[in-house]
Amino acid sequence: MSKTYDYIVVGAGISGAVVAYELAKRNAGSILILDKDFPTAGATGSCAAGIRAQFGTEFNVNLMKISLEKFEHLHEELDYPKDLIGLHQGGYLVLAYSEEEMENLKRNVEVQHKIGINTEILTPEEVHYRWPMLRLDGVVGATYHARDGHADPFYTTFAYIEAAKRLGAELRKHTPVLKLLTEGEKVVGVETPDGPIYGGNVIVAAGTWSTKLLKDIGVDIPLWAEKHEILITEPLARFLDPMVISFSKDFYAQQRPHGGFIMGISPDNPEQWFDPNDYNIQSSWHFLKKMASTILDVMPFLKDVHIVRQWAGFYDMTTDHHHIVGPIDAYDGLWILAGGSGHGFMFGPSIGMILAEWIVGEELAYDITKLNWKRFKEGKLVIEPAVVG
Amino acid sequence: MDPEKVIVCRCEDVTLADIRRAIYELGYTTYDEVKRYTRAGMGPCGGKTCRPIILKELARYWKTTPDKVPMRATMIRPPMKNITFATAVEVESDE
Repeated sequence: MSKTYDYIVVGAGISGAVVAYELAKRNAGSILILDKDFPTAGATGSCAAGIRAQFGTEFNVNLMKISLEKFEHLHEELDYPKDLIGLHQGGYLVLAYSEEEMENLKRNVEVQHKIGINTEILTPEEVHYRWPMLRLDGVVGATYHARDGHADPFYTTFAYIEAAKRLGAELRKHTPVLKLLTEGEKVVGVETPDGPIYGGNVIVAAGTWSTKLLKDIGVDIPLWAEKHEILITEPLARFLDPMVISFSKDFYAQQRPHGGFIMGISPDNPEQWFDPNDYNIQSSWHFLKKMASTILDVMPFLKDVHIVRQWAGFYDMTTDHHHIVGPIDAYDGLWILAGGSGHGFMFGPSIGMILAEWIVGEELAYDITKLNWKRFKEGKLVIEPAVVG
Repeated sequence: MDPEKVIVCRCEDVTLADIRRAIYELGYTTYDEVKRYTRAGMGPCGGKTCRPIILKELARYWKTTPDKVPMRATMIRPPMKNITFATAVEVESDE
């Protein structure tokens, strides 16, 4: 007879890691984290590491403000080396390529200021003065928030997992969940190749793999995998602090702490899948070419720099590009945290913590209940204007 | 030889001792995990030098041969050889 857990967390990306830690911190009960591969094997481990509070709705700015505060103290809270978590607050520089785009950015900044996110509005001349290495052809203005930046997705996730383990949580790697187990209207555990594991609560934090797990027990969520690609260069001496992004040109690029430039651009026709059996995670030369030609317009200094590696990963997309969080109340004890739509890593520390509060019945640090799974059927989508891709 | 002084990954400055700590003390027991934890294989050479050494270390842990060590196929990543952005812009394929 195997042990019964109070909480089984399915998936050890940032989302599962944060929920597990935050539950353990609250002495919520016994916790088992399962991953079909290992922590950061999915979207978290292929992401671009960016963290920004420059969103366009009060909702997202508030959540990212909480995330930023968490990231700023994470090494202390999780007792993990600061240099490994690697928080680097070099800011996000958002470039606008038309007056209309600039007006939209200014509207976002108004929202951000109300919430205490002190984003600056910059003219092209001011951008040039601060970052003379950037080519600004066509740029009509920009916004810059100095507390934005990036952290290491591997070590951040490992830090959460290790902290959860110290508080008693268990991690089982290489253990895929084949099926969620239910009895009547209650979830009772998960089926694995090693047999069933029973638990009073199951939290599905399996990224794009969440959809099929839920579908198999009759729960339909509009969450799918969208392939995005990324590359990194050889390391150069550090000279560019901010993440540079453009919503209209759909790219982002930043210099990592070790000196390599990491960057991505959205595909013209993204490949999308609902069924994990169809996933294709191969890199493409189309991406390489589009990325190179776009970025050379902005960062001509990269011309003779070497690209050392490219890879692909999945955004776990939802219809309105926001997470699905909270109880799946078709079954007692069933919860979900997935669908970050390209922002799962940066929102992880806040949304994961708030879900743990929700699960144990605490007051929520911020009301995220509108991200419930029923919003799609009820036509209550949550709209955010400031996204890449 | 002192494992602290044996460089396994020159690109990212990772020693044999770092690799063994990752495997035996921290439980990062697949190639993909060792890569993520130590950064070995993430440098300009793309793991050409260190991968066989790390797989050998992992084979010892798993009591198997290096070719049987768990590793995802996509861990070997393009481009096979470093190329510049100037070259990447010119990429064409007849596929």
